[in-house]
Amino acid sequence: MAAYMSAGRSENAFSTHDFVPEWAQEEVSTGTTIMAVEFDGGVVIGADSRTTTGAYIANRVTDKLTPIHDHIFCCRSGSAADTQAVADAVTYQLGFHSIELDEPPLVQTAANLFQQMCYRYREELMAGIIVAGWDKRRGGQVYTVPMGGMIVRQPVSVGGSGSSYIYGFMDSNYKPGMTKEECLHFCTQALALAMERDGSSGGVARLAAITEEGLERRVVLGHQLPKFSNT
Amino acid sequence: MERNLIDSQIKGVSTGTTILAVTFNGGVIIGSDSRASIGGYYVSSKTINKLIQVHDRIFCCIAGSLADAQAVTKAAKFQISFHSIQMESPPLVKAAASVLKELCYNNKEELQAGFITAGWDRKKGPQVYTVALGGMLLSQPFTIGGSGSTYIYGYADAKYKPDMSKEECLQFATNALALAMGRDNVSGGVAHLVVITEEGVEHIVIPGDKLPKFHDE
Repeated sequence: MAAYMSAGRSENAFSTHDFVPEWAQEEVSTGTTIMAVEFDGGVVIGADSRTTTGAYIANRVTDKLTPIHDHIFCCRSGSAADTQAVADAVTYQLGFHSIELDEPPLVQTAANLFQQMCYRYREELMAGIIVAGWDKRRGGQVYTVPMGGMIVRQPVSVGGSGSSYIYGFMDSNYKPGMTKEECLHFCTQALALAMERDGSSGGVARLAAITEEGLERRVVLGHQLPKFSNT
Repeated sequence: MERNLIDSQIKGVSTGTTILAVTFNGGVIIGSDSRASIGGYYVSSKTINKLIQVHDRIFCCIAGSLADAQAVTKAAKFQISFHSIQMESPPLVKAAASVLKELCYNNKEELQAGFITAGWDRKKGPQVYTVALGGMLLSQPFTIGGSGSTYIYGYADAKYKPDMSKEECLQFATNALALAMGRDNVSGGVAHLVVITEEGVEHIVIPGDKLPKFHDE
Protein backbone atom coordinates (compact mmCIF):
# COMPACT_ATOMS: atom_id res chain seq x y z
CA MET A 1 0.00 0.00 0.00
CA ALA A 2 1.48 3.33 -1.07
CA ALA A 3 1.97 6.01 1.54
CA TYR A 4 1.32 9.60 0.51
CA MET A 5 3.72 11.91 2.38
CA SER A 6 3.29 15.19 0.58
CA ALA A 7 1.14 17.61 2.57
CA GLY A 8 -0.18 19.38 -0.47
CA ARG A 9 -1.56 16.24 -2.17
CA SER A 10 -5.32 16.33 -2.79
CA GLU A 11 -7.76 13.83 -1.33
CA ASN A 12 -8.24 12.21 -4.71
CA ALA A 13 -4.98 10.30 -4.41
CA PHE A 14 -6.25 7.19 -2.66
CA SER A 15 -5.24 3.60 -3.11
CA THR A 16 -7.78 1.14 -4.45
CA HIS A 17 -7.33 -1.12 -1.45
CA ASP A 18 -9.12 1.31 0.86
CA PHE A 19 -11.92 3.13 -0.92
CA VAL A 20 -13.58 0.84 -3.42
CA PRO A 21 -17.14 0.23 -2.22
CA GLU A 22 -18.04 -3.28 -1.19
CA TRP A 23 -20.38 -3.82 -4.09
CA ALA A 24 -17.61 -3.20 -6.59
CA GLN A 25 -15.52 -5.97 -5.06
CA GLU A 26 -18.17 -8.66 -5.45
CA GLU A 27 -18.81 -10.71 -8.54
CA VAL A 28 -21.84 -9.90 -10.64
CA SER A 29 -24.44 -12.57 -10.09
CA THR A 30 -27.93 -13.24 -11.31
CA GLY A 31 -29.24 -14.37 -7.91
CA THR A 32 -32.55 -14.95 -9.45
CA THR A 33 -35.80 -16.74 -10.10
CA ILE A 34 -36.25 -18.53 -13.42
CA MET A 35 -38.83 -21.03 -14.56
CA ALA A 36 -40.18 -22.86 -17.57
CA VAL A 37 -43.40 -24.83 -18.19
CA GLU A 38 -44.34 -27.17 -21.05
CA PHE A 39 -47.80 -27.07 -22.57
CA ASP A 40 -49.34 -28.78 -25.56
CA GLY A 41 -47.89 -26.84 -28.48
CA GLY A 42 -44.99 -25.05 -26.82
CA VAL A 43 -43.39 -23.72 -23.66
CA VAL A 44 -43.71 -20.68 -21.42
CA ILE A 45 -40.56 -19.34 -19.81
CA GLY A 46 -40.16 -16.63 -17.20
CA ALA A 47 -37.58 -14.80 -15.14
CA ASP A 48 -37.18 -11.84 -12.81
CA SER A 49 -34.95 -8.92 -13.85
CA ARG A 50 -32.48 -8.29 -11.02
CA THR A 51 -28.68 -8.59 -11.33
CA THR A 52 -26.72 -7.94 -8.15
CA THR A 53 -23.13 -7.34 -7.14
CA GLY A 54 -23.31 -8.02 -3.44
CA ALA A 55 -26.04 -5.75 -2.10
CA TYR A 56 -26.05 -3.36 -5.08
CA ILE A 57 -28.47 -4.02 -7.92
CA ALA A 58 -26.27 -3.61 -10.97
CA ASN A 59 -29.14 -4.00 -13.41
CA ARG A 60 -32.79 -3.83 -12.39
CA VAL A 61 -34.16 -4.56 -15.87
CA THR A 62 -32.01 -7.53 -16.91
CA ASP A 63 -33.20 -9.87 -19.61
CA LYS A 64 -32.35 -13.36 -18.43
CA LEU A 65 -34.29 -15.04 -21.23
CA THR A 66 -31.65 -15.51 -23.89
CA PRO A 67 -32.41 -16.72 -27.44
CA ILE A 68 -30.23 -19.60 -28.56
CA HIS A 69 -32.07 -20.23 -31.80
CA ASP A 70 -35.36 -19.26 -33.42
CA HIS A 71 -37.47 -21.54 -31.24
CA ILE A 72 -35.04 -22.28 -28.40
CA PHE A 73 -34.37 -20.10 -25.37
CA CYS A 74 -32.39 -20.47 -22.19
CA CYS A 75 -33.04 -19.00 -18.73
CA ARG A 76 -29.84 -18.07 -16.92
CA SER A 77 -29.06 -18.14 -13.21
CA GLY A 78 -25.80 -17.98 -11.28
CA SER A 79 -22.79 -15.95 -12.34
CA ALA A 80 -23.79 -13.44 -15.04
CA ALA A 81 -20.40 -13.71 -16.76
CA ASP A 82 -20.34 -17.51 -16.78
CA THR A 83 -23.88 -17.85 -18.13
CA GLN A 84 -23.37 -15.23 -20.82
CA ALA A 85 -20.16 -16.93 -21.94
CA VAL A 86 -21.71 -20.41 -22.05
CA ALA A 87 -24.83 -19.16 -23.81
CA ASP A 88 -22.74 -17.39 -26.47
CA ALA A 89 -20.68 -20.53 -27.06
CA VAL A 90 -23.76 -22.75 -27.34
CA THR A 91 -25.48 -20.26 -29.66
CA TYR A 92 -22.50 -20.48 -32.01
CA GLN A 93 -22.30 -24.28 -31.86
CA LEU A 94 -26.03 -24.72 -32.38
CA GLY A 95 -26.13 -22.26 -35.29
CA PHE A 96 -23.34 -24.12 -37.01
CA HIS A 97 -25.01 -27.50 -36.36
CA SER A 98 -28.31 -26.22 -37.75
CA ILE A 99 -26.66 -25.06 -40.97
CA GLU A 100 -24.96 -28.44 -41.35
CA LEU A 101 -28.27 -30.24 -40.82
CA ASP A 102 -30.20 -27.79 -43.02
CA GLU A 103 -32.99 -28.05 -40.47
CA PRO A 104 -34.05 -26.27 -37.28
CA PRO A 105 -32.16 -27.85 -34.36
CA LEU A 106 -33.79 -29.96 -31.65
CA VAL A 107 -34.27 -28.56 -28.14
CA GLN A 108 -32.63 -31.72 -26.83
CA THR A 109 -29.52 -30.92 -28.86
CA ALA A 110 -29.28 -27.42 -27.39
CA ALA A 111 -29.79 -28.76 -23.89
CA ASN A 112 -27.09 -31.38 -24.33
CA LEU A 113 -24.64 -28.76 -25.63
CA PHE A 114 -25.25 -26.77 -22.45
CA GLN A 115 -24.86 -29.89 -20.37
CA GLN A 116 -21.56 -30.88 -21.97
CA MET A 117 -20.05 -27.46 -21.33
CA CYS A 118 -21.41 -27.16 -17.80
CA TYR A 119 -20.15 -30.62 -16.86
CA ARG A 120 -16.70 -30.28 -18.43
CA TYR A 121 -16.05 -26.98 -16.70
CA ARG A 122 -18.06 -27.71 -13.57
CA GLU A 123 -15.29 -26.65 -11.16
CA GLU A 124 -14.83 -23.27 -12.82
CA LEU A 125 -18.42 -22.41 -13.61
CA MET A 126 -21.30 -21.23 -11.47
CA ALA A 127 -24.23 -21.60 -13.85
CA GLY A 128 -27.72 -23.01 -13.46
CA ILE A 129 -29.57 -23.03 -16.76
CA ILE A 130 -33.03 -24.00 -17.95
CA VAL A 131 -33.29 -24.72 -21.69
CA ALA A 132 -36.75 -24.56 -23.23
CA GLY A 133 -38.20 -24.40 -26.69
CA TRP A 134 -40.26 -25.99 -29.41
CA ASP A 135 -39.24 -28.36 -32.18
CA LYS A 136 -41.16 -30.41 -34.73
CA ARG A 137 -40.17 -33.81 -33.33
CA ARG A 138 -41.26 -33.49 -29.71
CA GLY A 139 -43.17 -30.20 -29.43
CA GLY A 140 -42.64 -28.08 -26.33
CA GLN A 141 -39.81 -29.28 -24.05
CA VAL A 142 -38.11 -28.05 -20.88
CA TYR A 143 -34.68 -29.34 -19.87
CA THR A 144 -32.98 -28.28 -16.68
CA VAL A 145 -29.18 -28.16 -16.41
CA PRO A 146 -28.39 -27.25 -12.79
CA MET A 147 -24.93 -26.53 -11.34
CA GLY A 148 -22.71 -29.57 -11.69
CA GLY A 149 -23.87 -30.43 -15.17
CA MET A 150 -26.75 -32.88 -14.88
CA ILE A 151 -29.55 -32.80 -17.42
CA VAL A 152 -33.14 -33.87 -16.96
CA ARG A 153 -36.34 -33.15 -18.85
CA GLN A 154 -39.23 -31.98 -16.68
CA PRO A 155 -42.71 -30.69 -17.51
CA VAL A 156 -42.12 -27.76 -15.16
CA SER A 157 -38.87 -26.50 -13.70
CA VAL A 158 -37.79 -23.62 -11.45
CA GLY A 159 -34.27 -22.40 -10.77
CA GLY A 160 -32.15 -19.75 -9.12
CA SER A 161 -32.02 -18.54 -5.52
CA GLY A 162 -35.70 -17.55 -5.47
CA SER A 163 -36.85 -20.97 -6.61
CA SER A 164 -36.60 -22.49 -3.10
CA TYR A 165 -39.57 -20.44 -1.97
CA ILE A 166 -41.91 -21.55 -4.74
CA TYR A 167 -41.41 -25.33 -4.82
CA GLY A 168 -44.52 -25.76 -2.71
CA PHE A 169 -46.54 -23.40 -4.92
CA MET A 170 -45.29 -25.11 -8.06
CA ASP A 171 -46.05 -28.63 -6.77
CA SER A 172 -49.58 -27.69 -5.73
CA ASN A 173 -50.56 -25.43 -8.62
CA TYR A 174 -49.08 -27.12 -11.67
CA LYS A 175 -51.49 -29.39 -13.52
CA PRO A 176 -50.63 -31.26 -16.70
CA GLY A 177 -52.64 -30.16 -19.74
CA MET A 178 -52.75 -26.39 -19.06
CA THR A 179 -53.30 -23.96 -21.92
CA LYS A 180 -50.81 -21.26 -22.90
CA GLU A 181 -52.73 -18.56 -21.00
CA GLU A 182 -52.98 -20.72 -17.89
CA CYS A 183 -49.23 -21.35 -18.05
CA LEU A 184 -48.53 -17.62 -18.39
CA HIS A 185 -50.76 -16.90 -15.38
CA PHE A 186 -49.09 -19.69 -13.35
CA CYS A 187 -45.61 -18.33 -14.17
CA THR A 188 -46.58 -14.75 -13.33
CA GLN A 189 -47.90 -15.79 -9.93
CA ALA A 190 -44.92 -17.99 -9.13
CA LEU A 191 -42.43 -15.28 -10.10
CA ALA A 192 -44.31 -12.68 -8.06
CA LEU A 193 -44.26 -14.90 -4.97
CA ALA A 194 -40.54 -15.61 -5.32
CA MET A 195 -39.68 -11.96 -5.96
CA GLU A 196 -41.55 -11.02 -2.76
CA ARG A 197 -39.50 -13.37 -0.60
CA ASP A 198 -36.06 -13.51 -2.24
CA GLY A 199 -33.84 -10.47 -1.80
CA SER A 200 -31.84 -11.36 -4.90
CA SER A 201 -34.92 -11.47 -7.16
CA GLY A 202 -37.05 -8.51 -8.15
CA GLY A 203 -37.77 -5.82 -10.68
CA VAL A 204 -40.11 -6.83 -13.48
CA ALA A 205 -41.30 -10.26 -14.51
CA ARG A 206 -40.27 -11.19 -18.03
CA LEU A 207 -42.23 -13.94 -19.77
CA ALA A 208 -42.07 -15.53 -23.19
CA ALA A 209 -44.24 -18.11 -24.95
CA ILE A 210 -42.55 -20.20 -27.66
CA THR A 211 -44.72 -22.12 -30.13
CA GLU A 212 -44.52 -23.32 -33.70
CA GLU A 213 -45.74 -19.88 -34.85
CA GLY A 214 -42.89 -18.16 -33.10
CA LEU A 215 -42.17 -16.09 -30.06
CA GLU A 216 -44.40 -13.89 -27.91
CA ARG A 217 -42.74 -11.82 -25.19
CA ARG A 218 -44.43 -10.10 -22.27
CA VAL A 219 -43.27 -7.88 -19.44
CA VAL A 220 -45.23 -7.55 -16.21
CA LEU A 221 -44.13 -4.37 -14.43
CA GLY A 222 -43.64 -4.24 -10.67
CA HIS A 223 -46.93 -2.55 -9.85
CA GLN A 224 -48.88 -4.92 -12.10
CA LEU A 225 -47.60 -8.07 -10.41
CA PRO A 226 -50.18 -10.01 -8.36
CA LYS A 227 -50.06 -9.10 -4.68
CA PHE A 228 -50.23 -11.67 -1.91
CA SER A 229 -49.66 -9.59 1.19
CA ASN A 230 -51.39 -10.71 4.33
CA THR A 231 -50.74 -7.59 6.39
CA MET B 1 -22.96 -31.29 -5.18
CA GLU B 2 -24.02 -28.67 -2.67
CA ARG B 3 -24.39 -29.99 0.86
CA ASN B 4 -27.34 -29.09 3.01
CA LEU B 5 -25.51 -26.83 5.45
CA ILE B 6 -28.59 -25.66 7.35
CA ASP B 7 -28.63 -28.44 9.92
CA SER B 8 -25.14 -29.88 9.70
CA GLN B 9 -23.94 -27.04 11.91
CA ILE B 10 -26.10 -28.39 14.73
CA LYS B 11 -24.23 -31.07 16.63
CA GLY B 12 -26.16 -34.18 17.43
CA VAL B 13 -29.80 -34.78 16.80
CA SER B 14 -31.67 -31.94 15.17
CA THR B 15 -35.18 -31.46 14.00
CA GLY B 16 -34.46 -30.35 10.46
CA THR B 17 -38.12 -29.79 10.19
CA THR B 18 -41.26 -28.13 8.97
CA ILE B 19 -43.48 -26.42 11.53
CA LEU B 20 -46.36 -24.05 11.15
CA ALA B 21 -49.19 -22.38 13.01
CA VAL B 22 -52.25 -20.75 11.43
CA THR B 23 -55.11 -18.82 13.02
CA PHE B 24 -58.64 -19.35 11.78
CA ASN B 25 -62.05 -18.12 12.77
CA GLY B 26 -62.34 -19.28 16.37
CA GLY B 27 -59.05 -21.04 16.93
CA VAL B 28 -55.58 -21.90 15.81
CA ILE B 29 -54.00 -24.94 14.19
CA ILE B 30 -50.42 -25.83 14.96
CA GLY B 31 -48.68 -28.50 12.91
CA SER B 32 -45.39 -30.23 12.25
CA ASP B 33 -43.72 -33.21 10.60
CA SER B 34 -42.24 -36.02 12.69
CA ARG B 35 -38.66 -36.55 11.57
CA ALA B 36 -35.54 -36.12 13.73
CA SER B 37 -32.24 -36.48 11.91
CA ILE B 38 -28.50 -36.26 12.42
CA GLY B 39 -27.03 -33.92 9.84
CA GLY B 40 -29.37 -35.05 7.11
CA TYR B 41 -27.71 -38.47 6.84
CA TYR B 42 -29.54 -40.57 9.42
CA VAL B 43 -33.12 -40.40 10.58
CA SER B 44 -32.90 -40.95 14.31
CA SER B 45 -36.66 -40.89 14.82
CA LYS B 46 -39.49 -41.26 12.32
CA THR B 47 -42.23 -40.50 14.81
CA ILE B 48 -41.10 -37.75 17.12
CA ASN B 49 -43.74 -35.37 18.42
CA LYS B 50 -42.63 -31.79 18.03
CA LEU B 51 -45.84 -30.28 19.38
CA ILE B 52 -45.29 -29.71 23.10
CA GLN B 53 -48.20 -28.77 25.31
CA VAL B 54 -47.04 -26.06 27.69
CA HIS B 55 -50.48 -25.36 29.14
CA ASP B 56 -54.13 -26.36 28.62
CA ARG B 57 -54.66 -24.19 25.56
CA ILE B 58 -51.08 -23.33 24.62
CA PHE B 59 -48.77 -25.44 22.47
CA CYS B 60 -45.38 -24.81 21.07
CA CYS B 61 -43.49 -26.47 18.27
CA ILE B 62 -39.75 -26.77 18.08
CA ALA B 63 -37.13 -26.45 15.40
CA GLY B 64 -33.37 -26.75 15.58
CA SER B 65 -31.35 -28.71 18.10
CA LEU B 66 -33.62 -31.22 19.79
CA ALA B 67 -31.66 -31.18 23.05
CA ASP B 68 -31.79 -27.41 23.30
CA ALA B 69 -35.48 -27.35 22.46
CA GLN B 70 -36.38 -29.97 25.05
CA ALA B 71 -34.38 -28.18 27.74
CA VAL B 72 -36.01 -24.85 26.97
CA THR B 73 -39.56 -26.19 26.79
CA LYS B 74 -39.11 -28.06 30.05
CA ALA B 75 -38.03 -24.87 31.82
CA ALA B 76 -40.75 -22.85 30.08
CA LYS B 77 -43.47 -25.35 31.04
CA PHE B 78 -42.52 -25.02 34.69
CA GLN B 79 -42.38 -21.23 34.61
CA ILE B 80 -45.71 -20.94 32.81
CA SER B 81 -47.55 -23.25 35.18
CA PHE B 82 -46.06 -21.41 38.18
CA HIS B 83 -47.13 -18.09 36.68
CA SER B 84 -50.61 -19.45 36.06
CA ILE B 85 -50.96 -20.60 39.68
CA GLN B 86 -49.78 -17.21 40.97
CA MET B 87 -52.23 -15.32 38.73
CA GLU B 88 -55.03 -17.80 39.49
CA SER B 89 -56.06 -17.84 35.85
CA PRO B 90 -54.98 -19.53 32.60
CA PRO B 91 -51.88 -17.86 31.15
CA LEU B 92 -52.00 -15.57 28.14
CA VAL B 93 -50.46 -16.98 24.96
CA LYS B 94 -48.29 -13.88 24.86
CA ALA B 95 -47.02 -14.66 28.36
CA ALA B 96 -46.04 -18.19 27.34
CA ALA B 97 -44.29 -16.88 24.23
CA SER B 98 -42.48 -14.27 26.33
CA VAL B 99 -41.19 -16.92 28.71
CA LEU B 100 -39.70 -18.80 25.76
CA LYS B 101 -38.31 -15.58 24.36
CA GLU B 102 -36.56 -14.69 27.63
CA LEU B 103 -34.93 -18.11 27.77
CA CYS B 104 -33.83 -17.92 24.13
CA TYR B 105 -32.54 -14.36 24.32
CA ASN B 106 -30.66 -14.70 27.60
CA ASN B 107 -28.96 -17.88 26.41
CA LYS B 108 -28.58 -16.94 22.78
CA GLU B 109 -24.88 -17.86 22.61
CA GLU B 110 -25.42 -21.45 23.67
CA LEU B 111 -28.81 -22.25 22.18
CA GLN B 112 -29.75 -23.19 18.66
CA ALA B 113 -33.50 -23.62 18.70
CA GLY B 114 -36.47 -21.70 17.37
CA PHE B 115 -40.10 -21.97 18.43
CA ILE B 116 -43.59 -21.25 17.31
CA THR B 117 -46.08 -20.71 20.14
CA ALA B 118 -49.78 -20.89 19.41
CA GLY B 119 -52.86 -21.05 21.52
CA TRP B 120 -56.10 -19.57 22.67
CA ASP B 121 -56.76 -17.28 25.59
CA ARG B 122 -59.73 -15.32 26.82
CA LYS B 123 -58.21 -11.88 26.25
CA LYS B 124 -57.22 -12.02 22.58
CA GLY B 125 -58.55 -15.34 21.32
CA PRO B 126 -56.41 -17.37 18.91
CA GLN B 127 -52.83 -16.15 18.50
CA VAL B 128 -49.56 -17.23 16.92
CA TYR B 129 -46.12 -16.06 18.06
CA THR B 130 -42.70 -16.78 16.56
CA VAL B 131 -39.59 -16.89 18.71
CA ALA B 132 -36.66 -16.82 16.32
CA LEU B 133 -33.13 -18.13 16.88
CA GLY B 134 -31.66 -15.05 18.58
CA GLY B 135 -34.70 -14.41 20.74
CA MET B 136 -36.92 -12.14 18.64
CA LEU B 137 -40.63 -12.34 19.44
CA LEU B 138 -43.15 -11.60 16.73
CA SER B 139 -46.92 -11.97 16.51
CA GLN B 140 -48.36 -12.97 13.12
CA PRO B 141 -51.67 -14.31 11.77
CA PHE B 142 -49.78 -17.37 10.60
CA THR B 143 -46.19 -18.46 10.47
CA ILE B 144 -44.02 -21.22 9.06
CA GLY B 145 -40.63 -22.37 10.33
CA GLY B 146 -37.89 -24.95 10.12
CA SER B 147 -35.75 -25.99 7.17
CA GLY B 148 -38.73 -27.22 5.15
CA SER B 149 -40.53 -23.91 5.41
CA THR B 150 -38.29 -22.39 2.70
CA TYR B 151 -40.12 -24.42 0.07
CA ILE B 152 -43.61 -23.36 1.08
CA TYR B 153 -43.24 -19.59 1.44
CA GLY B 154 -44.75 -19.14 -2.01
CA TYR B 155 -47.58 -21.59 -1.32
CA ALA B 156 -48.38 -20.05 2.08
CA ASP B 157 -48.30 -16.47 0.76
CA ALA B 158 -50.63 -17.41 -2.08
CA LYS B 159 -53.10 -19.59 -0.21
CA TYR B 160 -53.52 -18.03 3.24
CA LYS B 161 -56.69 -16.02 3.82
CA PRO B 162 -57.61 -14.39 7.12
CA ASP B 163 -60.73 -15.76 8.90
CA MET B 164 -60.80 -19.21 7.34
CA SER B 165 -63.11 -21.91 8.63
CA LYS B 166 -61.64 -24.82 10.60
CA GLU B 167 -61.88 -27.19 7.61
CA GLU B 168 -60.26 -24.74 5.20
CA CYS B 169 -57.49 -24.15 7.70
CA LEU B 170 -56.91 -27.88 8.20
CA GLN B 171 -56.66 -28.32 4.44
CA PHE B 172 -54.22 -25.41 4.16
CA ALA B 173 -52.01 -26.75 6.97
CA THR B 174 -52.06 -30.33 5.70
CA ASN B 175 -51.21 -29.29 2.15
CA ALA B 176 -48.42 -27.02 3.33
CA LEU B 177 -46.85 -29.77 5.44
CA ALA B 178 -47.19 -32.33 2.65
CA LEU B 179 -45.55 -30.01 0.10
CA ALA B 180 -42.67 -29.18 2.43
CA MET B 181 -42.12 -32.82 3.39
CA GLY B 182 -42.07 -33.66 -0.32
CA ARG B 183 -39.18 -31.31 -1.04
CA ASP B 184 -37.14 -31.19 2.17
CA ASN B 185 -35.10 -34.31 2.88
CA VAL B 186 -34.88 -33.62 6.61
CA SER B 187 -38.66 -33.31 7.03
CA GLY B 188 -40.91 -36.33 6.80
CA GLY B 189 -42.79 -39.07 8.57
CA VAL B 190 -46.32 -38.28 9.67
CA ALA B 191 -48.07 -34.95 9.93
CA HIS B 192 -49.06 -33.90 13.45
CA LEU B 193 -51.80 -31.30 13.73
CA VAL B 194 -53.38 -29.84 16.87
CA VAL B 195 -56.55 -27.75 16.70
CA ILE B 196 -56.88 -25.37 19.67
CA THR B 197 -60.17 -23.59 20.35
CA GLU B 198 -62.01 -22.25 23.36
CA GLU B 199 -63.75 -25.61 23.68
CA GLY B 200 -60.63 -27.70 23.82
CA VAL B 201 -57.74 -29.33 22.06
CA GLU B 202 -57.95 -31.89 19.22
CA HIS B 203 -54.90 -33.87 18.07
CA ILE B 204 -54.91 -35.19 14.49
CA VAL B 205 -52.24 -37.48 13.07
CA ILE B 206 -52.01 -38.06 9.31
CA PRO B 207 -49.73 -40.94 8.30
CA GLY B 208 -47.43 -40.45 5.31
CA ASP B 209 -49.50 -42.46 2.87
CA LYS B 210 -52.68 -40.51 3.66
CA LEU B 211 -51.12 -37.12 2.97
CA PRO B 212 -52.34 -35.23 -0.11
CA LYS B 213 -50.48 -36.16 -3.28
CA PHE B 214 -49.49 -33.71 -5.99
CA HIS B 215 -49.15 -33.92 -9.71
CA ASP B 216 -45.85 -35.74 -9.98
CA GLU B 217 -46.47 -38.37 -7.29
